[in-house]
Order: sequence, then C-alpha cells, then structure tokens
Amino acid sequence: MPKITINGKEIEFDKGMTVLQACELADVEIPRFCYHEKLSIAGNCRMCLVEMEKSAKPIASCAMPAAEGMNIKTNTPFVEKARKGVMEFLLANHPLDCPVCDQGGECDLQDQSMYYGVDKSRFVENKRQVKEKYMGPLIKTQMTRCIHCTRCVRFATEVAGVPEIGAIGRGENMEITTYLEKAMESELSANVIDLCPVGALTSKPYAFEARPWELKKTESVDVMDAVGSNIRVDTYNWEVKRILPRLNNDINEEWISDKTRYSCDGLLKQRLDVPYIKKNNKLQKSNWDEAVSILVEKIKTLNPDDIGGHIGDMVNLENALSFKKFFSVLKSNNLEFREKNFFIDPSEKSNYIFNSSIKGIEQSDLILLIGTNPRHEATMLNARIRKVFAQKKVPIYSIGNPGDLTYDYTIIGNKTDDIKKILSNESNFSKTLSSSKKPVIIIGESALELKSGKYLIEGFKNFLKNNNFINKDWNAFNFLPQNASTVGLIDLKILSKEEGKRNSFFEKLKNNQFKLLYLLGSDNLDIKKNNEFIVYQGSHGDRGAEIADLILPSAAFTEQNGLYENLEGRVQECKKASYPIGEALEDWKILNFILKALGKNENLFNFDSLRKEVLNSIPNFSKLNELPNFKDYESINTSPYFESEEVNIKELDYFFTNAISRASKTMSECRQIKHSSKKTGTDNL
Amino acid sequence: MSLKKVHDEQPKEFKFSKENLKKAEDILKKYPEKNKKSAVMPFLYLAQRQNNNWIPLAAMKYIANFLSMPYISVYEVATFYTMYNLAPVGKHFIQVCTTTPCLIRGADKIIKLCKEKISPKENELSKSGNCSWMEVECLGACVSAPMIQINDDYYEDLDEKSTKDILDSLIKDKPLKPGSYRGRTNTSPEKKQTINGGNHA
Repeated sequence: MPKITINGKEIEFDKGMTVLQACELADVEIPRFCYHEKLSIAGNCRMCLVEMEKSAKPIASCAMPAAEGMNIKTNTPFVEKARKGVMEFLLANHPLDCPVCDQGGECDLQDQSMYYGVDKSRFVENKRQVKEKYMGPLIKTQMTRCIHCTRCVRFATEVAGVPEIGAIGRGENMEITTYLEKAMESELSANVIDLCPVGALTSKPYAFEARPWELKKTESVDVMDAVGSNIRVDTYNWEVKRILPRLNNDINEEWISDKTRYSCDGLLKQRLDVPYIKKNNKLQKSNWDEAVSILVEKIKTLNPDDIGGHIGDMVNLENALSFKKFFSVLKSNNLEFREKNFFIDPSEKSNYIFNSSIKGIEQSDLILLIGTNPRHEATMLNARIRKVFAQKKVPIYSIGNPGDLTYDYTIIGNKTDDIKKILSNESNFSKTLSSSKKPVIIIGESALELKSGKYLIEGFKNFLKNNNFINKDWNAFNFLPQNASTVGLIDLKILSKEEGKRNSFFEKLKNNQFKLLYLLGSDNLDIKKNNEFIVYQGSHGDRGAEIADLILPSAAFTEQNGLYENLEGRVQECKKASYPIGEALEDWKILNFILKALGKNENLFNFDSLRKEVLNSIPNFSKLNELPNFKDYESINTSPYFESEEVNIKELDYFFTNAISRASKTMSECRQIKHSSKKTGTDNL
Repeated sequence: MSLKKVHDEQPKEFKFSKENLKKAEDILKKYPEKNKKSAVMPFLYLAQRQNNNWIPLAAMKYIANFLSMPYISVYEVATFYTMYNLAPVGKHFIQVCTTTPCLIRGADKIIKLCKEKISPKENELSKSGNCSWMEVECLGACVSAPMIQINDDYYEDLDEKSTKDILDSLIKDKPLKPGSYRGRTNTSPEKKQTINGGNHA
C-alpha cells in the first residue's frame, strides 16, 4: 500500500483516496463544508486547505488525490492563515442571525468559525441580500445564509435522482434554487436539510420548535416501511420533536425518507388516550375496568371460532407474540396480519425475505422488478437501486409498469405469461438473466396477490436454483414486503390457515362470520362491517377506531421498546423515546388486564420473557442487527397453479400509508402538493 | 448587469425554425452522442437569435428535451452567461462598453446620452419602442475606444456628436453604418503613418 506523511506521521492508505480521506485515517480532522462522503467531490468551499510539501500554495485536500510520498501538514500557521482567510470570505456575506437560526447548535459554520473565524469583519460593503425560495412544505429556506457548497444540488441529482435544484446566476449573484421555485418531487427531499452545513435549508415543520441541546436523543428504528431505517428520535418532554437519520451503511446509509422524517407530528394528533365504548352509536370516554369487563363478557359468550384477530402494520414482535399467545388462550386460530390476501409460504425463511440484502444490491449486475414500485414501497431500497444504476449503469427490468422510479428501466411485459416464458426459457430475457452474474429478482406484494402468486415464487426459485443463483454467497430471490411488521409476523407464524387458494381468515371476514373482531393496531384492513363487535387496540383514532365498538388505547412505536424485523430479516430494536399518552399502555399490558379478568392468571406476560421467546422463535436468527443465516431451500414445488393474468402494480398513497402518517399535518400537505401537481401537470412554465 | 431576471410574460411555445433545426443537427454532429448536452450553449444562442434576441423559458425547456437534460441545468447555463438575454430587448439592442479603455476615452458620456435619448434605466424600451441599451464589459475593441455594439455591429471611435447621430438614427429606425466614426478603415492608423515613425532600422 502506498504511504503518505501527515503531520510527520507516516501512514498507509488505499489507492484512490483523497488527501482528506488519508488525513482522516491519521485521525487528523479537516474542516469542510462542501465535501461529503456520499456525494461527488465539488471542491468549492476551500475550507479544507492543507499544506503540501513542494507546493507554494495550499491545496484543497478534498479534491486532491493522495499519492505516494506526499508530505502533508495540517497544523502549521500557513494552513491556519489560509483557512482563516477562507472563513473570512465565507462570513463576508453570511448574516449574523445565529440567535434566530434553527441550525444554531448544530451548525458546521458556527462550529468551525469558533476555530477559524476572525472576530472583526473587514467587509464594509452591504451584505448580499437573497430572496427566500420556495422548496415545498418540508424545506424552509433562508438563502442569505447559503455559502454555496452545492451539497443540496449534488444530493438531488446524484442520490435522489430528481435534478431539480441548481445554482443560477454567477459570482456574487449566484443563488441556489429549485427550477422556477417548485417543490422538490422526491421522497428523499428533506435530506438536504441534514446536508446543509449552514442554516440556509432548515426544516419547515420543526421551525423554531426547539434547540438541539434541549432534546433527548434516542437511537431507534423506523416503522413506516419494511426497510427498518435507522433513526434518531429527538424528544422534548413527551413530544417527539423530530426524527433524524442514523448512519447505517447496510440499510439506509445516511438518508431517510420524508415519510420517516416527518410523520412524527402524527404522533401528537388523533391519539387515543383513554378507552372508548360505543354507546347509542356514539363512542364515549370510559375507563379500563369498564372496557375490559365489557370485552371479557363478550368473549365469554362467544364460540372461540367466532373470534378473529388482525395485527397491524406497525406492531412490534413482543406485542404480536403476546397477542398470538392471548389468542391461543382464547383457543381461536383466526389470526392474520396481511392486509390483502397475498401468497406467503412461511415454511422457509428465504421465501419471504429480501435475501440479496440491501447492501447486496450494490454487487448486482441485473435487477428485475416484478409487480413492485420500490420507490413508494421501500424508498430507501429504491435509493440503493438508483445508486447502482447511477454508478454502474446496471440494467433494470420490470414486469408491470411502476411509473417514475428516478432511474431508467425497461418494461419486459405486464402479464404472467411473460413470466412463464422467462421461466421456461422461451423468452429472450431468459438468456440475459441466466448469463448475468449476480441478478436481483424483486417480487412485490402486488404480484403475490395474483392467483399465480405461488407460481411466481416457486417458479423463480426453481429457475434461479437451476442457474445456481441461490447459494451461500448469493441469493437472487427477493420478496419486498410493504409493512414494518410483515417479516417478523411471518416468522411468528401469525397466518391463518390456507386451504387451496382459499384463506380461512379472509373468507370469514368477507362473509361476516366473525362475531368479535380484535384489531391490534390494524387500520388498513378492508372491512365491511355487518354485525361484528369490533375491538380496536391501537394508538391512533384512524380507520380501525372509526368502525370500532370498543377502543383500547395503546402506545405508539416511539413510546415502547420492541423488536422489528426488516425486509432482509434483520432484527432491530426500536427504543422507547417517550411515554404513552393519557391512560394508554403497551399492548401486552392491556392483554394482561384482559387475561386477569378472564381468570387466566397463569398466562400473564412479562416483557423480558416475551422478548426471549421472540428471539428463540425467529428462524435462522444470527444476532441482533445482523442478517439471518443462509439456509438453502429444502423443497421447491415445480408445478404450482398458473393462470394468465395481468400484473397490476397497486399504487400506494405514499404519504398516507399508515395511521401515524394519516394523522400528520405535514404528510397531508405533501400529499396535497403531489396531487395538485399531478392534476395540472408539471409541464407548465 | 445583464438581463438575468426571467421575464413575466412568456410565450407558451417554442420550436426551432426549419433552418435552425438543420443548424442544430449540424451542431449536434460536433459532439459524441453521450456528450450531446455540450451543445447547450450553441443551442441557446440559436434560440436567442430566432426569438428576437432573447431566450424564453419555453426555449429552455425545448432545448432541455432536445438534449435530454434536466430543465434546471439549461436554466443554470442560461443564467450564468451574461450574453444570453432572458427578457425582451429592443429591436436595436445597444451594448455600451464601459471597461477601462473605453471609460478613459469617454464611455460615461455615451451612457449619459443613452439615458437621455433611449431610457433613463438600463434594459428598458425607448419611447419609440424599438431600442434598449445596456452596459457591458469589454467587447474587445479597445483600439477603437469608446465603442458600442448595436445588434451584431460595432460602432467605433465615438464621441458625443457621432453617438447622438447614431442614437437618433436608431430611434427613427434608419440606423447609420457601423464602423469607425473617425474615418478609419478597420483599425488602421488614423493619420498616414509608417511603422516606427518611418525610421527603419
């Protein structure tokens, strides 16, 4: 490995590194504004100047490739003078509004000016004045603060794939703006707020809410989709003030989607704080004793088979397990978590997870999407697909038309017949697929809702197995679930029995055979209410609570500890950042209440044993936060039922997919803008 | 400053005319297919030529689609370069050079005349409606300072009187001839002189 000397210390570095990266290896911190690891190099802020031997001028370390034998100094008066000069230029036009700036306390410019700032300004001219720009409901702008690092421009173009931000004008008159001040049409747009090293782009919903040092920070996991992005939840007393991404290169890198970031204001609204009982066709406030006794009375009078339970999209594994055990106490088997009747084969873990892993997408050389729109179903995963598309020009194909995905793809069919042709080597694409080295096949829920859902899974497994794409190093078969709870709940076998193509739970639901329907945080289930007694246990007064006869308030995901399994089968812990509102309780505690009232004291739950049991019952489990162990398929059914159908990708109402986001004001603003821009067409001048 | 503010009234549509389309295709041939967006600058110039010396947003979008570029990128280029006009200019578009050599030779008097005769402010149409003026940086004709550029032509070696005549003629829509107003051919010496004062070595 080549060697470089930094401040007299010789270190080895990898070829292709820049001087700045080499300095980081040597534990030397270099101040920077425009440089960012995940973005291309711009070299325009000049803050990272260092001294290089044999160079008369200081060099910008972020843009200079490190080379064998370089002698870099970062702590000389020469370097300090250079950086002070740069800082003085940056501050010449920067307003002195730190006291009213939301970036205060976590501002790169503020921090670095403590080291390199000059206490007086020699700039006697008027400061530059720039009008505020409209960038949508999420991003608040104050463009006089902008130092033109162009991180936001590069992010929009490179990562988000929506080249809508740019720098117009030049020199003193340069301004950062979106094209004609339109809202950015991306699900990743708010990441520019984190990227902005100054207070030019700040968070609009969080404006003037709190200072960073007042907030309690809890490292947690997101539940808005199945990706399980790593987040940090910032709370002020009870209130969740904001959600920020946490670096995890295996999952979300440094970004999170707008829904993850801004649904948090939904945690403050539409909350269920006390039990409600429907009396005279009206929900009325009640208390735990009354609510539980009504429920227990009801349960006692019913035949176990008439009781149905449905677990929602954001329920953690401990609560789900307690619910399952609760149902076994009731002796009912009618437990389900799917919102739509799509095919799942729970017998082997690799059937229902994203086997190639999110990071693995980067190694792939061909991607095939089947009946899925990853942009809306798993935004961070889509960002990863875009990354390989942008960096390696990996060809991407789709069956069914998912619409704009921020990258180019080829539609190779929209019928199950097209898939059959591929699988039976009759299509041209079969050869392309089998001659690739590491393909990624992504099957979405929309595709598995088809009658040939089983055919798709078994057919692809068979095809990939025959082409040796399923082995210890690479498993090309992937299922893309939409909800945070999906994979974990399949692991816990919370599925109703399937007889042929008929599912007992959905049949009974459709025929209104349940006399009691117990919804555990379930809001997306399509229910045509007849005479059922519906119990809704959850955190938000949403679709489930609307039809309920009895409401039991429980905690939202930020208010309790719990495990979630993401689409890769990675088990992660969501931590308690706040506490439940009013009389709300964790789900398992509520179930304890009911069990006590039923006189089943021997079955009471406690959290630690629930967690232990969850971890023991997850197949192929390796470690917390790690991918599951690989296990080869034992059985592949080679002749499942096939029917010629069209592959329609169900469009998700992206900003309104769950109870929390539907309660969020910010999300409904985003949704409105998206819809209005669709109606008028973005093609106006 | 140049006209960098986008005009309020924008035409709905823009398309290259037949000849310009042919020119555009010729321009494209100069660049490899994968770098075809390099043609954005000559394209913007063509569009400006076709559209009475200014570029409407519709033209930027047209060019962006033509070259498969994001709109914002074309917009960035158009706002960066000072010689692209983003708002309408007069039929006679007067650019007065005010860089050092011209200023020393009296460009400020020309500016004063423009303000009197055409419009008190830059980039405003004259009362007659056919002229507008603008200060620009060096136009590279320092040897015949002070000078102005009217559309594509250079008017050189000006003084107050000749400028007045030129401006009047423009307002009447009968422009005078371009070239030197002290009777020079191109940039030849004013009086008959020989090189080095006739003292050949």
